[in-house]
Amino acid sequence: MQFRFELEGGNFSKAGYASSQIKKVLKQLSVDPRIIKRVVVALYEAEVNVVAHAWRGTVLADIEADRISLLLQDEGPGIPDIGQAMQEGFSTASAAVREMGFGAGMGLPNMKKNVDELTIESKVGEGTVVRMLTYFSANDR
Amino acid sequence: MKIRQIMALTGATVVCGSGREDHEVQCAFASDLMSDVLTLDCNGVLLVTGLCNMQTIRTAEMADVSCILFVRGKKATPEILQLAAENDMILMETDHSMYHTVGELYCNGLPPIY
Repeated sequence: MQFRFELEGGNFSKAGYASSQIKKVLKQLSVDPRIIKRVVVALYEAEVNVVAHAWRGTVLADIEADRISLLLQDEGPGIPDIGQAMQEGFSTASAAVREMGFGAGMGLPNMKKNVDELTIESKVGEGTVVRMLTYFSANDR
Repeated sequence: MKIRQIMALTGATVVCGSGREDHEVQCAFASDLMSDVLTLDCNGVLLVTGLCNMQTIRTAEMADVSCILFVRGKKATPEILQLAAENDMILMETDHSMYHTVGELYCNGLPPIY
């Protein structure tokens, strides 16, 4: 089962739509609510990152019987130092993003905490690719 | 603590989810920073916040927070109210400050998450 969503840089009114739709699907599939929360919190953080930092992007969600794979690709400034960006408290967010309640440097660490696998690739001036994988059962990890 | 007690203690009015004044919350978290709300791992939470925008509701949706109390006289827009209603949330508004509001709730037995 695959889903695709478009993300628009700077448009906070739509940020979270993909996460909301994925949450509904996972609920319908009777996935453990604790797993659903982990998945959608990570996806929402990733969505907010694209809206906050990039020009545009896409979310691709691939749901299988035992797992969900999430791929976020954006066109944007990229991340010069991913290791630095993963540190709690490090942020390059604008004042406008902070006014929305984000930009505290918690997004990437919180994504890592909530998924089973996280990989980030980025090219400065081109964009960033984020892959997140979560298994529905602890036995599959 | 029941919604009706929260209303009485903080002078809040329910602007979404009226008729559910007997709904109970187990604990509270106060923050204007949604990134912190997304780190919570607890059920039955009341979110007390002065941040009143669509991302407050989206954050609550993802964090499984179903009750929000807006402080400092912040007013939810029709768009916010619609999204909250779609997610079966209870929204309240009070003119009191964050400090006053959480002080009343804490002193009357609503525990923090940590």
